[in-house]
Amino acid sequence: MALTCPGPPSSAWSFPPLPPTRTNASPTSPPPSPSTLPPRTSSYSSLTSCARIFPLPVFMTSGKPFVRKKAIAAILRVFEQYPDAVRVCFKRVVENLETTDVGILSAVVGLFCELAVKEPRSYLPLAPEFYKILVDCRNNWILIKVLKIFAKLAPLEPRLGKRVVEPICEHMGRTGAKSLAFECMMTIVSSMSEYESAVKLAVGKVREFLLDDDPNLKYLGLQALTMVAQKHMWAVLENKELVVKALSDVDVNIKLEALRLVMSMVSEDNVMEICRILISHAQKSDPEFCNEILGYILFTCSRNFYEVICDFDWYVAFLGEMARIPHCQKGKEIETQLIDIGMRVKDARLELVDVARSLVIDPALLGNPFVHGVLAAAAWVSGEYVALSRNPFELVEALLQPRTSLLTPSVRSVYIQSAFKALIFCIWSYGKLNGDDASDPSALTELVAKCHLEGNSETVACESLSDTEVDNANMVIAGGQMSSASSRKYHLTKESLEGLVNLVGTNLGPLAGSDEVEIQERASNVLGFIELMKPELYGHLGHTEGNGMKGKLEASEVVKLMFDVFSEELGPVSLSAQEKVPLPDGLVLKENLSDLEAICSDVKFPLSTSFSLVHSQIMEKDTASSPECKEESGPSTESTSLLAEHRKRHGLYYLPSENKGTTFNDFPPAHEPKDKTIDEAEDLAKLTEESLIIKKKQNQVKPRPVVVKLDDGEGLNVAVEKSKVKTDLISGAVREVLLGNEATTSSSRSKSSNKSSKRREVDRIPESGNDIVNTAISERSNVGSGRRKHQTHLSSGKEKEQHDHKGKQKRDSRHHKHKSRQRADGAMNIPVQSPVIPDFLL
Amino acid sequence: MIRFIILQNRQGKTRLAKYYIPLEESEKHKVEYEVHRLVVNRDPKFTNFVEFRNHKVIYRRYAGLFFSLCVDITDNELAYLESIHLFVEILDHFFSNVCELDLVFNFHKVYLILDEFILAGELQETSKKAIIERMGELEKQE
Repeated sequence: MALTCPGPPSSAWSFPPLPPTRTNASPTSPPPSPSTLPPRTSSYSSLTSCARIFPLPVFMTSGKPFVRKKAIAAILRVFEQYPDAVRVCFKRVVENLETTDVGILSAVVGLFCELAVKEPRSYLPLAPEFYKILVDCRNNWILIKVLKIFAKLAPLEPRLGKRVVEPICEHMGRTGAKSLAFECMMTIVSSMSEYESAVKLAVGKVREFLLDDDPNLKYLGLQALTMVAQKHMWAVLENKELVVKALSDVDVNIKLEALRLVMSMVSEDNVMEICRILISHAQKSDPEFCNEILGYILFTCSRNFYEVICDFDWYVAFLGEMARIPHCQKGKEIETQLIDIGMRVKDARLELVDVARSLVIDPALLGNPFVHGVLAAAAWVSGEYVALSRNPFELVEALLQPRTSLLTPSVRSVYIQSAFKALIFCIWSYGKLNGDDASDPSALTELVAKCHLEGNSETVACESLSDTEVDNANMVIAGGQMSSASSRKYHLTKESLEGLVNLVGTNLGPLAGSDEVEIQERASNVLGFIELMKPELYGHLGHTEGNGMKGKLEASEVVKLMFDVFSEELGPVSLSAQEKVPLPDGLVLKENLSDLEAICSDVKFPLSTSFSLVHSQIMEKDTASSPECKEESGPSTESTSLLAEHRKRHGLYYLPSENKGTTFNDFPPAHEPKDKTIDEAEDLAKLTEESLIIKKKQNQVKPRPVVVKLDDGEGLNVAVEKSKVKTDLISGAVREVLLGNEATTSSSRSKSSNKSSKRREVDRIPESGNDIVNTAISERSNVGSGRRKHQTHLSSGKEKEQHDHKGKQKRDSRHHKHKSRQRADGAMNIPVQSPVIPDFLL
Repeated sequence: MIRFIILQNRQGKTRLAKYYIPLEESEKHKVEYEVHRLVVNRDPKFTNFVEFRNHKVIYRRYAGLFFSLCVDITDNELAYLESIHLFVEILDHFFSNVCELDLVFNFHKVYLILDEFILAGELQETSKKAIIERMGELEKQE
């Protein structure tokens, strides 16, 4: 019997013709085809048609056990290709759960294992059989598969979990086979984690595994611990030392698992200690693992807006430390986090500026290309929050040191810009200092306070602060800032300023002719500014009289302007910020630009089906008509259709909205109707308010600083894809068979009966079929009352259908109402409002 | 589910390869090459399980041959490690002190044994005795 079946061309599998010797073997040999064919039936490609031809179900009723075994093993693949086969064979398969032959049992259980993984719910009714196997069987392979099945079933049915936990624990304790113990462990921790005693036993076993010398067992122990960690952190903490020890194991896999575990242990209290340990490990290990560690630390600490971090000062210093580790390749992430923290956490800015300064000053780092990203961030931070830095002069010097020529152009341009900001700040502060009465200490402190405040907020808002607030701020901040104020005061002399300006001029002079556009542009900007400033500055430094007054005013105007520019606070922007922008009057967004017509008139856009008619008309009219005509002829259709084409080509939408796809004519409203304008203003105010919150630092107990985060998501992974649940044809069919919706006549009959049963599936439920299912299931349960329960289940299943208004089979079930009532003798009439799943194991 | 089973020597030559998932020829070569690379450099002190694409490869080295089994992520590694050992034991019993040359010259028998052992990606028969008996029967037919 040679079967070659058509299959998809990509696969090379097909049925090879059987060697004739086998088929013509002696009469005493077993039927040749199933024993030699099935190995080759395990191919995906050709099964659909073969499955229909090949009478696998026949083989399942065969007398020889190994034939049955092979048939069962092959049937899974058949099911996948041809789900209707389920209806034909499933009962036979279920019968085999009872078999004593280990081989067949193994095959059947393996089959259910695979099926249950995909769609466990359908196999719940078979739980009693599996339970029996779990308790009685002595073969470890089968037990492992049954455990897998229960791992899938237990979460669906709590009562099942309760029953099954005890035998599992027993097995775990009793067995000498590590594989079985491991499987028991995994089953308990994954799907039965509510049962404390079981979990405790499992954790005990995990510990045994971890203590074993065999690296396999250690690895598996760590994996199991990872699973436990999600709900039972105590287990991990108990075995903390072992986990940390595993960090220094030889095997990479083990190290990685240990690392993951350690990171899962992180909480607010121990984050510093854990990071310290990990860093020391990182410095000792090879580059790859070192980077893994750094990656994990960065990821965990920044998760959910840095929720584990209480002490941002420490964390910022830690980031700087990480950047200096020789093999560090996580520069991008560190850079992002430095800037992110600077924007969100006001209180950390002081420390941040310090760390940035130390990074920028260090000449050795400039030679290391991996660190350039971090340096760019450091420079940006120094420039942005220069008001907080201790010594801006030193900063400018560092930013413009000659070694910066080693930097990439983009980083260097950041350096130049930051130097500019720092320069502005120095000049401005000096100007303020000299503009007020320099000898008045209160003015100085006020200046310092204002510097601090203005460096952190819009100047407009700052001036609107009440005096009391300023004074309060003075008292708190000026105290802390006295030392820096004094140092600043010390440095802010004419000579030092002159020196600074000269330094900037000398260093940036050659850059004005640089090849790189950004560098050239920024250098030229700064140099131009200095040129503007110089005469007034030097003149001003000398005199404060009338002649110089006008010039001084000009210069100070410029400085104030620039200073205002740079004191605008940058912060995180929410996704919906654009929507909140109110539409100014007189701006019409719904109409196309009139000029666009003229430009785009002769460009052929790809036609969309819905607008093809209108579009073709427009194309004809285009050459002749004038723009006004076009606009008259319905701006809604033409302009929107053109716009639609344009959009389709470029995929641009101006405003994000939900009902984008509904109509092309209606643009999503740019803002809510008038009654909501107040809200927007409030929103904007709230936004700025958030950025103005000043948290007072206390000395003893440092409360966690405020981290600005915007509620409506900031482009983080907001979109959650709904996983589409595909209707599993197999499970549908299985469910039907098991729950007795439709029964087939005994499958040993011919194909025709198969076809007819298929046709009949919606029409009738023959009684005989039900009886088979009935008896089949009732045979399984040894408990007498179970029989009644089964019948009631079936009948209640039917009665459920009766009450099911939407059931397609409403008509049919009514048809059987009488039949089921007759059959369920002595069965209770269970009123079913919601589906009741009876407990088979009771 | 077992996705494939590959036997390779230290140089990377594949002595036996059986796939239970559809793959093109070129993909198969690629897989064999990658598995070999993964497995051959690992220290004996390391674990016998490695991640491979989004599955697992469970391997064991016997003298000069690497037996690699690729399974799903959720599968029990120790059980499959045992199954590799069982397979080797069967081969050993069948060929009486098997060596690589035996496998090379009797590859058809090795495939027969394998087919008795694993079917459609699942372990079919775990009793050594049963498989040996079955092989005896098949041999008689020759």
